[in-house]
Amino acid sequence: MVLTRRIIPCLDLKDGRVVKGTNFVGLRDAGDPVELAGRYNEQGADEVVFLDITASKEKRGIIIDVIQRAADQLFLPLTVGGGLKSLDDIQQILRAGADKVSLNTSAVHDPSLLTRGAEAFGTQCMVCAIDVRRNTTPNEKAIPVSLPDGSTCWYEVVIYGGSKPTGIDAVAWAKEAEERGAGEILLTSMETDGTKNGFDIPITAAISDAVGIPVVASGGVGTLEHFYDGFKNGKADACLAASVFHYGEFTVKEVKEYLRGRGIPVRL
Amino acid sequence: MTQIAIIDYGVGNLRSVMRGLEKAGAAIVVTCDPEEIAASDGIVLPGVGAFREAMDKLGTLQEVVIQSSREVPLLGICLGMQMLLETSEEHGFHKGLGLIPGNVKRFPKMAGFKVPHMGWNSLTLEKPDNPLLAGVRPDESVYFVHSYYADTTPEYTLTTTEYICPFASAVFRGNVYGVQFHPEKSGAAGLKMLENFTGMV
Repeated sequence: MVLTRRIIPCLDLKDGRVVKGTNFVGLRDAGDPVELAGRYNEQGADEVVFLDITASKEKRGIIIDVIQRAADQLFLPLTVGGGLKSLDDIQQILRAGADKVSLNTSAVHDPSLLTRGAEAFGTQCMVCAIDVRRNTTPNEKAIPVSLPDGSTCWYEVVIYGGSKPTGIDAVAWAKEAEERGAGEILLTSMETDGTKNGFDIPITAAISDAVGIPVVASGGVGTLEHFYDGFKNGKADACLAASVFHYGEFTVKEVKEYLRGRGIPVRL
Repeated sequence: MTQIAIIDYGVGNLRSVMRGLEKAGAAIVVTCDPEEIAASDGIVLPGVGAFREAMDKLGTLQEVVIQSSREVPLLGICLGMQMLLETSEEHGFHKGLGLIPGNVKRFPKMAGFKVPHMGWNSLTLEKPDNPLLAGVRPDESVYFVHSYYADTTPEYTLTTTEYICPFASAVFRGNVYGVQFHPEKSGAAGLKMLENFTGMV
């Protein structure tokens, strides 16, 4: 009996439609998030993440409808992130049927939102999403992370979808997020995101070691080995991926069968 | 049709549990009205968040739940299960509903184990013949998210799960049931348990 490692497909939504994944095989309407999530549910996904990249807040009603439809059909944990800035925003999303909310830029701007959210809704539903990139500029205050080539860098938190550096040290921010009430860290490295070269192992391991809450590795998965690496060397509690699932390169089940064969406990 | 009341005391996300019970064939009313709760054939006490806040929000409905549990089946889910016990040590020391003997404790710190216990873990069926567990596979995995666990005696323990220490992942006493995991988030196995509960109503 052991807590299994989780595999989490992530769907990027714009105006209620999946914006990646149009090549997903075997679905008539590949753009509907609930239908896609249903397919992942059948494949044995442990959770599903909806990331709402809809620009305008006026369209919040669209994501609410998607969450409600998902909660009506899915019966597995659902995390929703994107543009949530207030307790009201969080409450709306949870009431629609999400189990967790993911805060990124808004938590950096106002870390008390994590605390207030945890007090109102519980730490279990507060996910702090952290986007990072490597920085080699000397910074005495930052926690150094060793890279495989022997060099050292620190990881800087970036916001607004990776476009704006903050000067904040990622490991320190992860620890602060935990103290403030985050129940989970969703870590995405700009170094690896979209590369298909694997997760950014050094920072994933550094943050996983630094905090006492689960860490979800995200960004860069391209092969089955990469998932293994994320758990084994990155010490991740869960691995999140988007395109490898959307484009049908692997099913969730294939990933889990591979992991089980290599000794990683998964739910099959 | 039998009617199950899901107690709505402002703790969010009731939609999946509502749909899960509906799938099992029950008529659902989501309510905070004492009369409606007292008139229903079964009660579900959901819960996320912190123990004391949840007890406070339940407020005067505490008595209604205790009274009704003598007559109709009651199912507590997650924090709703913890509230069935006598006390909790979450942020102080607080009294629960006292429907099931036992106390709620925080997972001790242990290297290599993160808290909350979050994810899919397996059930050992301690009372496999109990109707709530009908058709549930031994070692079935279900979804957990919690930092505190129920410490009770084997007499009241339906299933156990191991994380840091073995703990009671489902409890019962008479027709009062509690599950630490989220059946409404645990795929087919969870839906089966909701169906089993509906069958008792």
